[in-house]
Amino acid sequence: MNHVFRLQVGPVSFRIGSQWRQPVAQLRRLYAGYPEPDGICDFTVRLEAERAWRRWIRPSVAIRGDYVLPDAAPLPLAQGLLAAEMGMNLQMALGQKKFLLLHAASVERDGRALLLTGHSGAGKSTLGALLGERGWRFMGDEFALLGLEDGRLHPFPRAVSLKNESLALFDGVDPARLGPVLTGTPKGRIRHLRPNREAVARMGEPARPVMILFPRFGRDLEPIVRDVGAAEAFMRLTQASTNYVALAEQGFDALTRFVGTFPSKAIDYADTAQAEALVDDLWRSA
Amino acid sequence: MAASLYAADPPDAMREVEIEGLTLLYHRRSGLTHFLAPPAPQILAALAGGPAGAEAIAARIGEAFEIESEDPVAAIGARLAELEAAGLVWRT
Repeated sequence: MNHVFRLQVGPVSFRIGSQWRQPVAQLRRLYAGYPEPDGICDFTVRLEAERAWRRWIRPSVAIRGDYVLPDAAPLPLAQGLLAAEMGMNLQMALGQKKFLLLHAASVERDGRALLLTGHSGAGKSTLGALLGERGWRFMGDEFALLGLEDGRLHPFPRAVSLKNESLALFDGVDPARLGPVLTGTPKGRIRHLRPNREAVARMGEPARPVMILFPRFGRDLEPIVRDVGAAEAFMRLTQASTNYVALAEQGFDALTRFVGTFPSKAIDYADTAQAEALVDDLWRSA
Repeated sequence: MAASLYAADPPDAMREVEIEGLTLLYHRRSGLTHFLAPPAPQILAALAGGPAGAEAIAARIGEAFEIESEDPVAAIGARLAELEAAGLVWRT
């Protein structure tokens, strides 16, 4: 690989190799201030030309690494940064064995963590990132890592992938924290946001979870809070986990303990101010 | 025709956790997780005493629980068919 970037995010280290300079340069800028891992990295991502000659002509980036999806479509070079991010997600989703991986955002305050989970488009990522700018410590927006032994949530504060309308919510942040605007991606318009200084500095500090939230965004929704039973939470979290099946009994034990210990709530909201108010109310009563 | 006898894996081949009246069961041999409502967990527990037919299972369960059904044997038979489809019991 001509260009290499090594990155530590929480307890996980990545080595990203690329045949092109641009994606690695963008990663270096986006992840400025992140520690460099010691020793051999947990996961390798390789960005390679789909065919040898396509490194030069209409370059097209194929995502490769320790784990690959045979049918993953290549992306144009202009979206190389997105390819690197997708590659890191893929390695985690398919290869992570030390933590139960939940497709969820997590934030922390006073040593206690809140897990925000739900299907794609429910708003967990945007809400997690917003809370991270408003007094909470941002722990991650893509994957929450539940410790199999300690039952704690371990930070994984990767760059936040802001999509479409949510880009405007972060207009006020330091522009140095924002990546390039990527247009025409499979998920529309995307811009990456580097988590703030506190999130990066404290990426080694796990937190005790105290509440599981299932946010749902919809323009016409009334703001409500509903209790979610532990059995429903269990079922929804198995669906939100990429490695529950692979972890076998360890995953079962970790998840039953998790949902049996902490309350779960579903919240509906029509705008982010409502969501923040609901979360603050719930937090005070937790 | 003799009634079918059913068998199940021994209790130590499964992990069970009760949540809100449901039993979450991890079946080690298949690696599958099941949500069970009563009397399915009680049927599996009854089969820990060895293979049995619906009638004997109803009798074993009846020693500890009251089965709310006009025809307990038929009710157990229906649950056995579901457990068989889920791979948790089989006919011997």
